[in-house]
Amino acid sequence: MNLSKTLKNVFLILVACLVLTACATQKKTTGQLQGDVYTGSDSVEYLASGVPDRVFFATNETVLTTASRETLRKQAAWLRKNSDINVVLEGHADERGTREYNLALGERRANSAKDYLMTYGISSDRISVLSYGKEKPVDSGSNPLAWSKNRRSVTVKAN
Amino acid sequence: MQEKCWKDKMLFRYLFILLVLLPIKAFALIEVDITRGNLNPLPVAVSPLAIDKNSKNNFNKILNIKNLGSEISIIVENNLKQSGLFNPLNKDAFLQESEIANLKPRFEDWNLIKAQALVTGKVTFIDEKLRVEFRLWDVLAGKEMMALAFTTVPSNWRRVGHIITDKVYERLTGEKGYFDTRIIYISEEGPKTNRIKKLAIMDQDGFNNKFLTLGNELVLTPRFSPTNQMVTYLSYFKNLPRVYLLDIETGKQEVVGDFPGMTFAPRFSPDGKKIIMSFAKDGNSDIYTMDLENRIVERISNHPSIDTSPSYSPDGKYITFNSDRSGYQQIYIMNSNGKNVKRISFGNGLYGTPVWSPRGDLIAFTKLHKGKFYIGVMRIDGTGERLLTENFYQEAPSWSPNGRVLIFYRETKTNTKGEGFSAKLWSIDLTGYNEKMVETETDASDPSWSSLLSN
Repeated sequence: MNLSKTLKNVFLILVACLVLTACATQKKTTGQLQGDVYTGSDSVEYLASGVPDRVFFATNETVLTTASRETLRKQAAWLRKNSDINVVLEGHADERGTREYNLALGERRANSAKDYLMTYGISSDRISVLSYGKEKPVDSGSNPLAWSKNRRSVTVKAN
Repeated sequence: MQEKCWKDKMLFRYLFILLVLLPIKAFALIEVDITRGNLNPLPVAVSPLAIDKNSKNNFNKILNIKNLGSEISIIVENNLKQSGLFNPLNKDAFLQESEIANLKPRFEDWNLIKAQALVTGKVTFIDEKLRVEFRLWDVLAGKEMMALAFTTVPSNWRRVGHIITDKVYERLTGEKGYFDTRIIYISEEGPKTNRIKKLAIMDQDGFNNKFLTLGNELVLTPRFSPTNQMVTYLSYFKNLPRVYLLDIETGKQEVVGDFPGMTFAPRFSPDGKKIIMSFAKDGNSDIYTMDLENRIVERISNHPSIDTSPSYSPDGKYITFNSDRSGYQQIYIMNSNGKNVKRISFGNGLYGTPVWSPRGDLIAFTKLHKGKFYIGVMRIDGTGERLLTENFYQEAPSWSPNGRVLIFYRETKTNTKGEGFSAKLWSIDLTGYNEKMVETETDASDPSWSSLLSN
């Protein structure tokens, strides 16, 4: 009797867990975050039609996600077509870190974007790097979504 | 203006002749323990400094201050109160005339209002100068503890108040004071997504605020030289983030070194002769120094991780810095030549902005753990970690020159609409007591404390 009641409770908890996990996973795909990397298009601008200007990073990370690499391949293709254009890669961090470390982190993020563009044939002479650390957020919010938009490397036309 | 300022300063230096009027006779009976949190601040009476009619009129003419004697005593009172170690008593309760009290206090009167220490003094206008004398009395023992006099230019009157406080503080606590000092910081205005930042400087008590840049370019992390009126900071002039050197007396500025990339996180060596900083290239930040005399640049750290926020030990033999070579931000120390690197932070969370205490025994830091930011201290071997304050966001502690107080900045969380952002300077005692906001005209961040201006 008691045992069956316990089992029933356990079962209910398991079901609840499954439902909650399902919700969470669903939120992940329909929302604007994957892990904590921004996947939305809120602040994104375009260098040309279909060529987004920025890539996003996970907290404390400088590795490029699959989506980021796709964006950078588009940028590389566009840069190859427009060989007279030079770019500045502006690296940024969110506000949840110390200022000086964030300056270094922004520089590292912009450089991982630069390295990727270079592997797709863009000369390093055409790319300069500028870190703003946490100094220029696009979203002034103090929440995970806002922070995810601010962890970015933005490709800006230099001429 | 600049020249005058400089002349004033030189004059002040030459005229800063301490005349000990009477040797210290009394054995110190009152003593303030500053090593523990002080929940019972010492009751002290700061009598308005006596002033004769002629001096009063002259100072009023020059400085537009009706009663310079009482204004200076207010500075002293305010300083003592802000330290958290003293409780300056209300002047309304004072029974004795300031002129007479300075000659010979009636100790029963001061005892009656529970004052344990008494500061008296006198200001006089002599030969276009401001002459100050002051005395510190032990009320319970009925004895004089200290008597000093000095002369300066009248425009230095606020510093006179700070110098008196330093002397009183030193006599009662046994430690040097930190009141005749200045704070260099970043003034901030405008929305969070488009902040205007200017280099600014003010006296330790918030007075004499001055902006040193116009806000045309982003400026960050100014730091005082420990030996002179130089400041090093990061400027985005022409969108090239580089470490600059600024002489705040002449206004002369120059880039530090010729680096093909971002230089940041600058600080002076304890002798003021070198600048230590990070240089970022190809995604890697390492630590470099530049000798300000011969311009020789030296690479100190060489590691594919981020190495930043370097700070020398007061003897110049060691450097503490921030590195993520373990995978996350942690605090390290090494010899000043870059050898013998040792990690010292091993607690939970991330550690940044290590700063060596001017006393040499502690390193202050910022810690991020479970979404909260802490200002804390640890011994130089990493033991004895003590967190002084917790908040949503705060970082970048800077030590008072006596190593007793830390100043840092704190930012507020914005609401759901992204509004309500602010950045303010805060200070806290090494004990973890006496946490308070430091008033500034605008929002403020990245404070750096100067050395004592007069020693």
